Amino acid sequence: MQVTVKLFATFRNGRFKVTSQELTEGTGCRTIVLGLGLTEEQIGVVLVNGRHAALDQVLHDRDTLALFPLVGGG
Amino acid sequence: MDKIIRINMNDLSTSTETVPAAWAGLGGRGLTSTIVAAEVPPTCHALGPNNKLVFAPGLLTGTPAANSGRLSAGAKSPLTGTIKESNAGGTAAQMLARLDIKALIIEGIPKEDKWYSLHVSMEGVAIREETELVGKWNFAVIEAIEARLGKKTGILTIGPAGEMKMTAANISVKDPDSKIRSHGRGGLGAVMGSKKIKFISIDDQGAPKVPIADPEKFKTAARVFAKALMDHPVSGEGLPTYGTNVLVNILNEAGGLPTRNFTAGRFDGADKISGETMHDTIAARGGKVKHGCHAGCIIQCSQVYHDQQGKYVTSGFEYETIWGLGADCCIDNLDDIARADSLMDDIGIDSIETAVMFGVAMEAGILPWGDSKEMLRILTEEIGQGTPLGRILGGGAGSVGKTYGVTRVPVVKNQGIPAYDPRSVKGIGITYATSTMGADHTAGYTIATNILNVGGYVDPLKKDGQVELSRNLQIATAAVDSTGMCIFIAFPALDIPECLPALIDMINARFGISLTGDDVTNLGKHILKVEHQFNIEAGFSNIHDRLPEFFTTETVAPHNAIWDFSGDEIDEFWNF
Repeated sequence: MQVTVKLFATFRNGRFKVTSQELTEGTGCRTIVLGLGLTEEQIGVVLVNGRHAALDQVLHDRDTLALFPLVGGG
Repeated sequence: MDKIIRINMNDLSTSTETVPAAWAGLGGRGLTSTIVAAEVPPTCHALGPNNKLVFAPGLLTGTPAANSGRLSAGAKSPLTGTIKESNAGGTAAQMLARLDIKALIIEGIPKEDKWYSLHVSMEGVAIREETELVGKWNFAVIEAIEARLGKKTGILTIGPAGEMKMTAANISVKDPDSKIRSHGRGGLGAVMGSKKIKFISIDDQGAPKVPIADPEKFKTAARVFAKALMDHPVSGEGLPTYGTNVLVNILNEAGGLPTRNFTAGRFDGADKISGETMHDTIAARGGKVKHGCHAGCIIQCSQVYHDQQGKYVTSGFEYETIWGLGADCCIDNLDDIARADSLMDDIGIDSIETAVMFGVAMEAGILPWGDSKEMLRILTEEIGQGTPLGRILGGGAGSVGKTYGVTRVPVVKNQGIPAYDPRSVKGIGITYATSTMGADHTAGYTIATNILNVGGYVDPLKKDGQVELSRNLQIATAAVDSTGMCIFIAFPALDIPECLPALIDMINARFGISLTGDDVTNLGKHILKVEHQFNIEAGFSNIHDRLPEFFTTETVAPHNAIWDFSGDEIDEFWNF
């Protein structure tokens, strides 16, 4: 299946802004996070198709996964 | 000894008073709102002689406590008709605190059609007639006052918008680099203009240090507090690196970035105006990615933005401004948004109200969507010059909506809704609806918990828990706004257990008192109730605690979210 992965803020350093990954069905967010060399502690917000998700959420074909460190403003 | 200074513009006199016991424990918003509620008739005309303009530094302002240099300004708002408190950084707050001034209360309107300045120093306040700087824009005013009175002079000034009593006019505060911070919201610049005060200059030479009752205890608490600020990823890393504009991308991804006058939740040009892009642009052009709005700020969320030639354009370039002129107006040219930001500082007009206004103006057909050049022209030639069109636009989003028959006008109590769509981030909708200030994201920043996973998580797309979330945050914010602290200390305070007790310890050590956490919560509740009562007496009821109708009839993409709170559900907010 095809999943779009988007990274933001410091997660882009030495990685990428957006990429499309070919993954086997049933892959969860955590697998992608760890595969990027990120740790669970570094993750602030996980969005799947614009909705907040847990790291163990399973992804589906054509999903968009967006990963952020803790950020804020206002 | 702390004092209150009254400036009576009716007869151009001043008087110094000791602080009444009931006001001794108050500062910042708690004090300005208490004074306005006690002394301003709620039904008065906000631009008439019975309104008062009050400035008050916070309880910790002037001490070495990190991020404590905010100044509160309060009055009845000519924009909303409600009570108003707007706080800002800059150098004035700490200077007033060192001068032992707990509040400046400006009353009345001069009999003669002349302009004045106020000069605040160890000698008290001098009222002087002003002719040279009348009609001048803010950067020229600051330059001239520094030439006249010295580089270190603190300055509060109004630009042409304030002189013309536009209801989106702000009060500009000189920052440590002689640039501008703003008491932005609610048209307080028009109140200052109505009192014919062009600027207030402050000289704190000879002023003593702010006294601290228990210096050792203060030092210990201040260290714990500063460590919490530095340890939290938002205040310690995110804000200094990307500024508040880091929010463009996350709100865009979450579908909460109001676009094209609140008709969509995502903007195609988001990446071009994002905090990440801004960071890289600033770094490449030799600007500054980190910058503080006042001495003692360790978060440094501000920045200095340069143009392609490496020349200064603006600083204090905030998410709400960039969102409003960007996504909401469909402009993806960050350089032009930066130019507009600087122009708004120079004219002295609220960059949130004005950005929301431009979205409505584009919908009205006054200028095309995305036309940043025409936006810059309108700012300079219409609003800055006070043409009839400029005055309509300078009245904010509600003014232009009414004049042009637009029905999609994102305001609550006539104040423009900022930066976060209340349909897809429902907690902030409760804050917009119920805030005593009109639509104000800072009044109870549920984005932290709805979107950013700070202080826990409450699903932004569901109604559950939003009223309680907004209530708790509005109570806490009213208290924090009284300390002189920057509201961004809330990020560590929500997540790091030592942070809030350290803040309370600093207040206790400063005054030799023993407040508890409950006392601080009760202070927040008390302030909200005082403000709410003023609004009720000014003619507001629960019917005004509502979002505009279009949020209940138009869904917003990508989540097809809608505003579905009943009036009764919203009214639960005030049950405390």
